[in-house]
Amino acid sequence: MTDAPALSRHIPDRLNGRLSRVLRSWEVLLLAVAVAIFIVNCFASPYFLNAWNLSDATFNFTEKAMIAFAMALLIIAGEIDLSVASIIALASTAMGLALQYGAGTAELVLISLTVGLMCGAFNAVFVTVLGLPSIVVTIGTMSLFRGISYIILGDDAFRGYPASFAWFGQGYIAWVITVEMLFFVVFAVIYGIILHRTNFGRAVYAIGNNPTSALFSGIRVQRVKFILFLLTGVMSGFAALCLTSRLGSTRPSIASGMELEVVTMVVLGGVNILGGSGSIPGVVIAAFVMGLVTFGLGLLNVPGIVMSIFIGLLLIGVIALPRLWAILARRKAT
Amino acid sequence: MTDAMTSAHTPVVSMDAITKTFPGVKALDQVRLDLYPGQVTALVGENGAGKSTTVKVLTGIYQPDGGTIRIDGDPVRFSGPNAASAAGITAIHQETVLFDELSVAENIFIGHAPRSRLGLIDTAEMHRKATALLQEIGAPFGTHTVLRDLGIANKHLVAIARALSVDARVVIMDEPTAALSHKEIEELYELVETLKSQGKAILFISHKFDEIFRIADRYTVFRDGSFVGDGKIADIDENTLVKLMVGRAVDQIFPERIAEPGEDVFQVVGYSHPTEFSDIGFTLRRGEILGFYGLVGAGRSEFMQSLFGITRPSKGVCKINGAIRIIRSPAAAVSNGIVYVPEDRGKQGAVIGLPIFQNITLPSLGRTSRSGFIRLAEEFALARQYAERLDLRAASLDQDVGNLSGGNQQKVVIAKWLATQPQVIILDEPTKGIDIGSKAAVHDFMAELAAQGLSVIMVSSEIPEVIGMSDRVIVMRDGRIAAELSGEELTPETLVRHAAGITAAPRLQEA
Repeated sequence: MTDAPALSRHIPDRLNGRLSRVLRSWEVLLLAVAVAIFIVNCFASPYFLNAWNLSDATFNFTEKAMIAFAMALLIIAGEIDLSVASIIALASTAMGLALQYGAGTAELVLISLTVGLMCGAFNAVFVTVLGLPSIVVTIGTMSLFRGISYIILGDDAFRGYPASFAWFGQGYIAWVITVEMLFFVVFAVIYGIILHRTNFGRAVYAIGNNPTSALFSGIRVQRVKFILFLLTGVMSGFAALCLTSRLGSTRPSIASGMELEVVTMVVLGGVNILGGSGSIPGVVIAAFVMGLVTFGLGLLNVPGIVMSIFIGLLLIGVIALPRLWAILARRKAT
Repeated sequence: MTDAMTSAHTPVVSMDAITKTFPGVKALDQVRLDLYPGQVTALVGENGAGKSTTVKVLTGIYQPDGGTIRIDGDPVRFSGPNAASAAGITAIHQETVLFDELSVAENIFIGHAPRSRLGLIDTAEMHRKATALLQEIGAPFGTHTVLRDLGIANKHLVAIARALSVDARVVIMDEPTAALSHKEIEELYELVETLKSQGKAILFISHKFDEIFRIADRYTVFRDGSFVGDGKIADIDENTLVKLMVGRAVDQIFPERIAEPGEDVFQVVGYSHPTEFSDIGFTLRRGEILGFYGLVGAGRSEFMQSLFGITRPSKGVCKINGAIRIIRSPAAAVSNGIVYVPEDRGKQGAVIGLPIFQNITLPSLGRTSRSGFIRLAEEFALARQYAERLDLRAASLDQDVGNLSGGNQQKVVIAKWLATQPQVIILDEPTKGIDIGSKAAVHDFMAELAAQGLSVIMVSSEIPEVIGMSDRVIVMRDGRIAAELSGEELTPETLVRHAAGITAAPRLQEA
């Protein structure tokens, strides 16, 4: 096979330099796409290159990206959570309900995160303890969690969140830098470190590549997966906090369809949907790409439905192109 | 009648000088096999003798690299399974390949169902034919039964009915009794008699000698992919057959070992499992190599996996250095110094997709990190230390382990465990499917480890390896310990006898 010729005894750490590996990576291709979209947008609309407009545009992806970071780990480990948008609905509803009983901002934060954590634990028990496939479990809880919100709220909405609560989704750190943008950066760094610099992250990759070998190597596979579901749950709770704060109200239809955009972001970021590979920098760039596309199209007054067509085409195109190249290269070679 | 008599002397199928090579292994080397109408030919050989490969060549799954297959004297080439089936050769496999959700009749006629004038399946005709077939073999169920509802023995009957439905002239039965009860086996024997009386040639593969002598008319013996001998069962006895099977010049050289095992390290008492094994116990000493021999299905791997915490025993205790330990997960086993190199490298051993160095350090990450954060330099250093100790051949340490050859993948798996500095290493078929060179390296290394005080448990189906490497050998049969052999008693014949459960054999000495 591709065994090296008998190298006396010394085996080098790496064959290719770090630079050449980085240059050939998915992330660089994606970054090029992002730059291209940015440039096209600059020409397409005179309103694009405006600091405040660009700042507003970040709301297109910050909340989704927070969940996408945790989702990336989960998908790399070979599982998925499709209930994230419904967790947002349930967490937001719980906050609205608590508001009726006079909860303050601190309590609201606590409630949102706790509901997220509990929803994550609920998914985790079915997947890791009962061994059910996560796609089925979370399709079920997707309906379940949002269903509870509809039962509580019906056609109503909760309003009247306290002024201090608005800080999460409407606040600015400095100049045009939003509070959500700060959270986005902080979470990107935290998840990047977890995935790429810790033993836990290494276990995630090992499980995604081969759960049996990982188990046989002494990795506590089910425990790692349990934690990953807790993480997506908590991040969904945090996203619920930001989104509710930004909108200033809770409706049961809040964030509907967001789970697919989160998964799209993760896959666009180069995470293998079958598990085993992917990176947080990839997801960060994918978040910018999706944000730029939606914002650019928005400035051109393209309606939302058409926008989702573009996102879908972008996803399929970016994924299919390298595969197409490979097939064409093989054709040429033979 | 005279017609049948003459045809019984000319084989239906005759394989001559068949050779089949896989990368690094000669699976079949000029083998010969004749199958006669109305007779049962038993194909006998150790694990790895080439029996399964022969079946695959006969059924068109593999194309031989050399030699001729003749049917009624005419040379044929099977381009695929369909060609072999069209020539009247069918196999009933160990794990019968049938469709659980379809009815019995559909299973029998899948692929060649009777058609109506419109080209649709003629259901009525299909069930009528199926009923006739089931009656012929005395099956106690109807054609509309869904296969899922049948037991394993009845599924075998369906497979046999399927073989008959294509007018098979040659029926291959690969260990058909492995999963059957005593009564079901008797029924199968009757069925074999029926098939014989219909003039079908039967190739019967079995490890059970009582069975071979009960129903076979002829035997053919393979050893290490070569033809050793054939003849009539009436002209041979069990002991001679065993000698033919194993009697080889041991041409492999095993490392010289000065065995001076130290104190007791690992003690297992009364390990049992509801279905796989029962009442297994042994004591392993420091620096000892303990072999586990047995036929496929004897429960060795299942037992080893329970020692490693993958399956839980229903009963039994294990002691490490004299203290009782409860091992409920591989992680617990590793932290207690017990590690396991599984038989299936690709699925259970190496994490294909991860680079070599990450594979080696996976269970040792605690030592190459600080409070959970990876230290890449230390990680590479640890990986390099063990990769070089095992003389790993690779282009670089961050190469995907999936790009390595089987032998080098095995080295990575062993390196992974040595890096944890274990007390007991369990090796499950450590040299299966790897080339001779890597094999010798693994053997040398095992001896070296034992000399350094590591205790080794080696599961192996290769008799020379078991005898050449082990200080002691435990033979398992049907999930139980059949014998513990060492020194003078440790011969190929005694191993095979205990593994196959031959009771009539003369004992050298009763212990």
